Amino acid sequence: MTNAALTPDPHAWLKARGRWSPFEIAFWAATLLPFFFFPSYLPLASQIAIAALFAISVDLVLGYAGIVTLGHAMFFGIGAYAAGIISSRYGWTEPLTGLLFAGLVAGAVGFIASFLIVRVQHLALLMITLGLGLLTYELANAMSWLTGGTDGLMGIDIAPIFGVFNFDLWGRTAYAYSLAGLFVGFLLSRRIVHSSFGLALRGVRENVRRMPAIGSEHRVHLQKIYTISAALAGIAGALLTQTTETASLQTLNFERSADVVVMLILGGTGRLYGGILGAAIFMIARDQLAGINPQYWYFWIGFLLMLVVLTMPKGILGGLARLAGRRDE
Amino acid sequence: MISQFAIVLFDGFAFGMLLFVLSVGLSVTMGLMNFINLAHGAFGMLGGYVAVTLMRQMGMPFLAALPCAFFAAALLSIVLERTLFRRLYRAGELNQVLFTIGSVFVAAAVATYVFGTVQQVIPMPSWLRGSVEVLGLRLNVYRIFIIAVALAVTALLVFGLERTRLGAQVRAAVDNQRVAQGLGMDVERIFAVTFALGSGLAGLGGALAVEIVGLDPSFGFHYLVYVLIVVAVGGLGSVTGSFVGAALLGIGDVAGKYFMPEVGSFLIYLIMVAILFVKPLGLFGKR
Repeated sequence: MTNAALTPDPHAWLKARGRWSPFEIAFWAATLLPFFFFPSYLPLASQIAIAALFAISVDLVLGYAGIVTLGHAMFFGIGAYAAGIISSRYGWTEPLTGLLFAGLVAGAVGFIASFLIVRVQHLALLMITLGLGLLTYELANAMSWLTGGTDGLMGIDIAPIFGVFNFDLWGRTAYAYSLAGLFVGFLLSRRIVHSSFGLALRGVRENVRRMPAIGSEHRVHLQKIYTISAALAGIAGALLTQTTETASLQTLNFERSADVVVMLILGGTGRLYGGILGAAIFMIARDQLAGINPQYWYFWIGFLLMLVVLTMPKGILGGLARLAGRRDE
Repeated sequence: MISQFAIVLFDGFAFGMLLFVLSVGLSVTMGLMNFINLAHGAFGMLGGYVAVTLMRQMGMPFLAALPCAFFAAALLSIVLERTLFRRLYRAGELNQVLFTIGSVFVAAAVATYVFGTVQQVIPMPSWLRGSVEVLGLRLNVYRIFIIAVALAVTALLVFGLERTRLGAQVRAAVDNQRVAQGLGMDVERIFAVTFALGSGLAGLGGALAVEIVGLDPSFGFHYLVYVLIVVAVGGLGSVTGSFVGAALLGIGDVAGKYFMPEVGSFLIYLIMVAILFVKPLGLFGKR
């Protein structure tokens, strides 16, 4: 806490922590490279951006607020279906408002679910997040008149963005659109974690009992961040629907909830960029290894998980930060 | 209608007893160490494969293959507990979840490599096939056998916990680990023994389950959800809780799928979430 001692004004301290470093600017400039150097990989890059946004939404609850969730795919899937249904059933094809609508729906469900989440801890928390995820999957499966069931949602049509940029075959618009979504989501999350609210969340993560003792409404904080996270996850799902013009039950299944946690752990929790890095590594590795049997792909994922937990509990970014001798956040 | 209802109740109870054997070990070990072991279902899978292989390759009789499944799972669990899992007792629940779920991925991949993705079939001895008529109901003999085995396991567990030295130590350690340690008990050793017994029971449950639910590499995942529901709803560290939770889940699952196939599995999760909302510690959980 030497930083705080040097800068007596807490607002100035928060502001200093929230300053952009050259690495960050370089990183975001690098995300534009696929347009010029890997044009054939643009669809994959778009998938990575979506997965990264989803990972950031999970990082907000898992990495910052310490809520272990095994069912976040429910919000991803709800967003995906909301964006799909508004287009295919109601003919609303404008993408940006569709995205907003999906975020609102997922956020509303997240708000309702947050009343359950803040009540429980440990195993019960795991089981409630897992149970809600499975429940949403079964519900979507049973409500096939709305969701198309196992066939997926048909007939999604998305109008050009701003009426100009059509979703082309090479995925140029799709990547630009997903990347913009990721960037806006990232800016929002960055603002949150560098605010006093973000600090309060970290306080809850570190010691749930102490926060009420110093007069902090920890349950309200947790509900707030859970709702925001759900809305972000929903937007990520909606991006997937809009860029691929399909929505299927796979957006809701347990593998998606598990995969996103794996991405986050690989990259490192509680540091926003961890989710992005983890998503990139995970998706590229899966793309390169797609030829082999998916069962063996899971062998390596499992092996990697065990290895990361035993040797690098803070993920790749955490390991790098330790090597560079920097203090952990 | 009444007889149909009774048959569903019977099948559900048999399925519940299967789940009880699969999950009771996890309930006790989780109550002991607060170690969230998602690999428990994988020990069940191992038991299933051991039984199938012994019977098909070596022609071992079913009744001899069951204890082998128990010992194989128990033995492997001792090795894993001593080398890997024990490093995670103080590592936080997220790391425990990730590590053990990683091991389920690996176990599923290894099972696929060795046995392929096909459903395994277990050759049942003739005396366990078919059905008998009891009070005008045709009951499946194998399900009666499962209920008998589960009740025997329950009796042994209750006797072991209430009447033996190890049982008293386990109960003490579940109630308050620190005080138990302070009184000079070697909690880690108690845990290792309990862990082996619990995993062995999972192996036994896996071997029993093959005939009812089949066996393929996704077993560890698929039944993990059921096992966790039993443990969470019943409450940690409680044999009674696991028994009641497993019976409820089994009957609810079979009845739901039989009478309301559209929403059957949906109802199970809804009821679980509702129970945990009202009682976060489970029906019989103490802490």
